Amino acid sequence: MDFDLPFIWAALIAFAVLAYVVLDGFDLGVGILFPLFPQKHDRDVMMNSVAPVWDGNETWLVLGGGGLMAVFPLAYATVLPALYAPIIAMVIGLIFRGVAFEYRWRTRRGEFLWNWAFAAGSMLAAFAQGLALGALVQGIPIENRAYAGGWWDWLTPFSLMTGIAVVVGYALLGATWLIMKTQGELAERARDIALICAAATVVDMGIVSLWTPFLEPAYLERWFGWPTAVFSIIVPLLVLGCLYLLLKGIRERHDVQPFVAALGLFVLGYAGIGISFYPYMVPPSLTIWDAAAPNESLAFLLVGALVLVPIILAYTGYAYWVFRGKVDPEEGYH
Amino acid sequence: MFEAFDATILARLQFAFTVSFHIIFPAFSIGLASYLAVLEALWLWKKDQVYLELFNFWKTIFAVTFGMGVVSGIVMSYQFGTNWSVFSDKAGPIIGPLMGYEVLTAFFLEAGFLGIMLFGMNRVGPGLHFLATVMVALGTLISATWILAANSWMQTPAGFTMSEAGQFVPADWWAIIFNPSFPYRLVHMVLAAYLTTAFVVGACGAWHLLRRTAPRRASTMFSMAMWMAALVAPIQIFAGDQHGLNTLEHQPAKVMAMEGHYRSHPEGAPLILFGMPNAAEKRIDYAVEIPKLSSLILKHSLDAPLAGLDTIPEELHPPVAVVFWSFRVMVAMGFAMLGIGLWSLWCRYRGTLATNASLHRTAVVMGPAGFVAVLAGWITTEVGRQPYTIYGHLLTAQSISPIEAPAVGASLVAFIIVYFLVFGAGTFYIFRLMARLPRDTMPELGEGPLRSAGVTPGPAAARPHGGEHGL
Repeated sequence: MDFDLPFIWAALIAFAVLAYVVLDGFDLGVGILFPLFPQKHDRDVMMNSVAPVWDGNETWLVLGGGGLMAVFPLAYATVLPALYAPIIAMVIGLIFRGVAFEYRWRTRRGEFLWNWAFAAGSMLAAFAQGLALGALVQGIPIENRAYAGGWWDWLTPFSLMTGIAVVVGYALLGATWLIMKTQGELAERARDIALICAAATVVDMGIVSLWTPFLEPAYLERWFGWPTAVFSIIVPLLVLGCLYLLLKGIRERHDVQPFVAALGLFVLGYAGIGISFYPYMVPPSLTIWDAAAPNESLAFLLVGALVLVPIILAYTGYAYWVFRGKVDPEEGYH
Repeated sequence: MFEAFDATILARLQFAFTVSFHIIFPAFSIGLASYLAVLEALWLWKKDQVYLELFNFWKTIFAVTFGMGVVSGIVMSYQFGTNWSVFSDKAGPIIGPLMGYEVLTAFFLEAGFLGIMLFGMNRVGPGLHFLATVMVALGTLISATWILAANSWMQTPAGFTMSEAGQFVPADWWAIIFNPSFPYRLVHMVLAAYLTTAFVVGACGAWHLLRRTAPRRASTMFSMAMWMAALVAPIQIFAGDQHGLNTLEHQPAKVMAMEGHYRSHPEGAPLILFGMPNAAEKRIDYAVEIPKLSSLILKHSLDAPLAGLDTIPEELHPPVAVVFWSFRVMVAMGFAMLGIGLWSLWCRYRGTLATNASLHRTAVVMGPAGFVAVLAGWITTEVGRQPYTIYGHLLTAQSISPIEAPAVGASLVAFIIVYFLVFGAGTFYIFRLMARLPRDTMPELGEGPLRSAGVTPGPAAARPHGGEHGL
């Protein structure tokens, strides 16, 4: 029996990228919100709420990169040159905010520097990811197995919009994470911020959704042609449902519900992009099957992935469980 | 501003620069992770507080190092695509799954348990905490295994066919992973990581022994590090020799460059100790040589013929001077480390390991020796692979992305600035952490003078095993 290995892998890579977006999304979001919490004590708690897990969260990004090279090498080899500047900006942002987790505790005189590095790095990484997303949605021209566009093609009003949308969305994830993990005034402030970010996120999603179909005839057909237009009704309804649960959760002072509802918003936005793209890996010309590595490569890595990903999810879940509940402001090894 | 440069040269510079930083942190963290596991095991086994104190001391340093390794690694995982997209497209089907396995089996393991190791002692208890430490250490070793399989495959490719689109298609994964140079390179690199860590730990211990602030902890870590140096340095030299013989078999041009053999020696080749490679005249100027020794080392016979670079078309020569010098730096470091190891054995035998100030001063100076050797070794093997990325099959010049010099040049400058800022600060913090070894809290019973060590550091007070008269 033949499995459609490229399709299975597309699903797995999509899962890895989604896992990255929601997991690193909240810890990048905590960094983005740093400037709004000027108190040192609050910042200590915020950082400690993500310190034990951020590294695992970012590993999904490495899996996305390494995995893409392994199973869709042509997509990897064309998308990254096309997104050269945003990718470099993203990794530089990730460098600054990543080292800040340790450096910030190693100095008193220079602490303000690493506070800035954490906030600005998180923001830069999020914005660059949004730019990259926008550029990918716009489409990437490919000729002879190579990127065939210009060096500034990624910079358009649409990609700037998606850049902002991702920053705001991550801030929402960060704020709802803080509601779940902190208490007192810090959590109160996070609630106020989450309300604003929730509204802004849904507005941004609306703008991007209405804009996307006009970028590419295939998207228009997908969202307004029968039978796929069904999604055009279902997805927005579910988004509104999530928004309702999110606002209700904040108002009724639930700890966990706002975060889960915010995750729901991300999953829906992500599904929307997936609906637009399928069957393309890199619109408008490279399908999943065009980009796929030979079956020997796909099969070899798939065996490992099917065994290892559940194990990874299990011990990652365990690590989250060990650090469950509210952050104790007095705890931390620093 | 970069129009005058060649994009390939800039991309190679960028790769060399970023990978040099990236190899430094893992070389240290592979060794340190294992050292932490050993310390925690000793603490659990012997119930001696000194091991826990050392564990906590090095744990913080590990956290800083590991963080730098993670972020410099993210750069690597995307640089293949941004700068070397043709290589990625062609070799992705083979290199990609190896890296994919590295992420799945190693990176997640390290990251998943690192949080528990750093922050979780009070939450999970000593048993599970030890498990987490072991998992982190195991993760670093698994990671080294996969990435060296990938690197070795680029040096000695095996187990593949070529597709019509010009891609390397895997035919036999066993042959790909266990390619001819992989076992040698893996052993050589892991031992190098252990030695690197041993010399950093040893230098730190020696420095604190000289300062006499925390003699018990300082002498414990110094002693452990010197055992490592004495035992591993000779094994490493043997492993390096074996690796060299393997290279001679599969990449003779690299060995010719390492040895400085521009011309063939049909009747036994000399070992050139030093000299100035002269690329224009194709000879080594001012060479200091030992006749026939190279043939003896490489072929185990004084008169065995050895081919030189004159047997290879010039466009396929690796850059001789770089490889020639970096190889000598590595070997010199290796023997210097062996020397320290033997000296420490002698002092141990004499009972002056904790008191011999000359040994301690030398050990402090030798602290970075491992890093120097690792970098020199990598330059030897990677530059020696030129002009190929995949040896014998894909030229470096054919691997590059369709990018223009200004894009690569600008990102190179950005990386240089960011790396020096960020990793410079990190190195500074690590030095500061190493300098802050808290005073011994639990002086050994019955050694009265020790108790005053922290208050009035007199010459006699700081000698935990009092009685000997070292310097």
